[in-house]
Amino acid sequence: MRIWPIFKKELRLYFTSPVAWVVFTIFLLIGGYFFYSIFAFFTLASMQSAMNPSMARDLNVTDSVMRPLFSNISVILLLLMPLVTMRLFAEERRAGTIELLLTYPVRDGAVLAGKYLAALVLYAIMIGLTTLYPVIVVYFARLEWGPVLTGYLGLLLMGATFIAVGVFASSLTENQIVASITTFGVLLIFWILGWSADYAGGTTGRVLQFLSLLEHNESFAKGVLDTKDILYYLNFTVLALFLTLRSLEARRWTG
Amino acid sequence: MIEVEHLTKNYGLVTAISDVSFSVAPGQIVGFLGPNGAGKSTAMRILACFMPASSGVARVAGHDVFRESMEVRRRIGYLPESVPLYTDMRVAPYLDFVAEVKGVPRGERRRRVADVMDRCMVADVQNRLIGKLSKGYRQRVGLAQAIVSDPEVLILDEPTIGLDPKQITEIRSLIKSLAGQHTVILSTHILPEVSMVCDAVIIINKGSIVAQGPIDTLVEQFFPTARVEVEIGGPPPAVRDRIRAIPGVLSVQDQAIANGAGRYLVEAARGRDVRGELFQLAAQQRWDLLELKRVGMTLEEVFIRIVAGEEAGEEIRA
Repeated sequence: MRIWPIFKKELRLYFTSPVAWVVFTIFLLIGGYFFYSIFAFFTLASMQSAMNPSMARDLNVTDSVMRPLFSNISVILLLLMPLVTMRLFAEERRAGTIELLLTYPVRDGAVLAGKYLAALVLYAIMIGLTTLYPVIVVYFARLEWGPVLTGYLGLLLMGATFIAVGVFASSLTENQIVASITTFGVLLIFWILGWSADYAGGTTGRVLQFLSLLEHNESFAKGVLDTKDILYYLNFTVLALFLTLRSLEARRWTG
Repeated sequence: MIEVEHLTKNYGLVTAISDVSFSVAPGQIVGFLGPNGAGKSTAMRILACFMPASSGVARVAGHDVFRESMEVRRRIGYLPESVPLYTDMRVAPYLDFVAEVKGVPRGERRRRVADVMDRCMVADVQNRLIGKLSKGYRQRVGLAQAIVSDPEVLILDEPTIGLDPKQITEIRSLIKSLAGQHTVILSTHILPEVSMVCDAVIIINKGSIVAQGPIDTLVEQFFPTARVEVEIGGPPPAVRDRIRAIPGVLSVQDQAIANGAGRYLVEAARGRDVRGELFQLAAQQRWDLLELKRVGMTLEEVFIRIVAGEEAGEEIRA
């Protein structure tokens, strides 16, 4: 399996083109603004609770700053990740370079793995940059690191799923905009699926809730590691990657 | 080295190639000739393992392109017609990437990349972005990526398209220099290119092979006569009759008649040289012999004859 050269090429392409830098900048700008708002609000609340000790009992920096921050970050990711992954196969197809890539002595699986891992590493760097926020918090208050770590694990798993869906959409078309809108649509539908769980009720409700991308991320931010959630993201990712392989193969037959 | 048997490819209801069979011996350069849309690219894409055939078998170095695709891919260098390259990469890192993907060992890679850059004359642009290169340079980078792993078989789809005459000559001599150690199959619709570069030719039209073999054999097969062009100053009817009377002459055609001089195309049986007799005739009759030359049969004429013949045949059948 010659994953390495493809991985290197893809990752280098993110950084030699403006893509990585623009994505990082926008992501940190919005993420930073969210962090600032949440932290400022927390400061205000803690000042008020200084006068009202019963309120102060429920105040905790991990729960009131990091948890909402993780959920806000996942919303930015929902909007941003389709733009990171749309290029991976669609651009090769449009430029025709896929014809050379798929005639080199590498299996489709290795091509896919190289591209997927490159996007995943870019993503890991991106969320790695946000560790600055808990570090700032620690400077002012005592933070529980457990939920922060599981929160990041949750983000990583969710991002892995986003990227897998994005790669799949990118393999279906030669138009990057179509790829990114498809990714966004699929992710958003799975995101809001849980909302109707309350009205649906019963088994249908539970199924809908279980399928929701958002629902599974919540327990991570609370500091809970549940195999159910981990398996959900892994399964989602593996399914999307499997479909990508099939789509690559199908495209060979139709030319 | 390359064996193709009864290869057929359908795109939905459209048949791109049907029942194509040919074989190429090791070290040969074979030209794949045909009008645009004849199915050249499809055949090459199947050989390069980009797409599977609908039916039939293709083998490269004894390996089936479908079932042992990896074995075949290790042995080929492919240049698609559109020369798709990563425009965001620089030339040298791009070639290094291709060499690595194709499994050139780490220790040899630097030397191999430098070597192909020299051979393909792209060393002077090695630090430029591919997207900023001219068409000629891109074509040569494309060729460099095909030969960087030193493959046994090269599949080149229209390697000289879009180049200026000087670049065409350079690319042709580069391809010619590959003969012997490499088996090359190249497609083109430029006829002189085939006679200049290739040992043998496969002519394809509307998805089927209409003729194949060494160029000389094809010319003989489709033009069984020897032709001489002669310009004589003399009364045309008399000149025509006298020439026709020479033994072995099959036909005489007027090409241009002006100021009492006429230009004639004389066809004689193959192997029969009538030039001496034409000279004697003119001398006897005291006609002015202005020009006398043998006309070679070009591949171009073979091609037109075959393709036109095909079409005529089809009309008759229809």
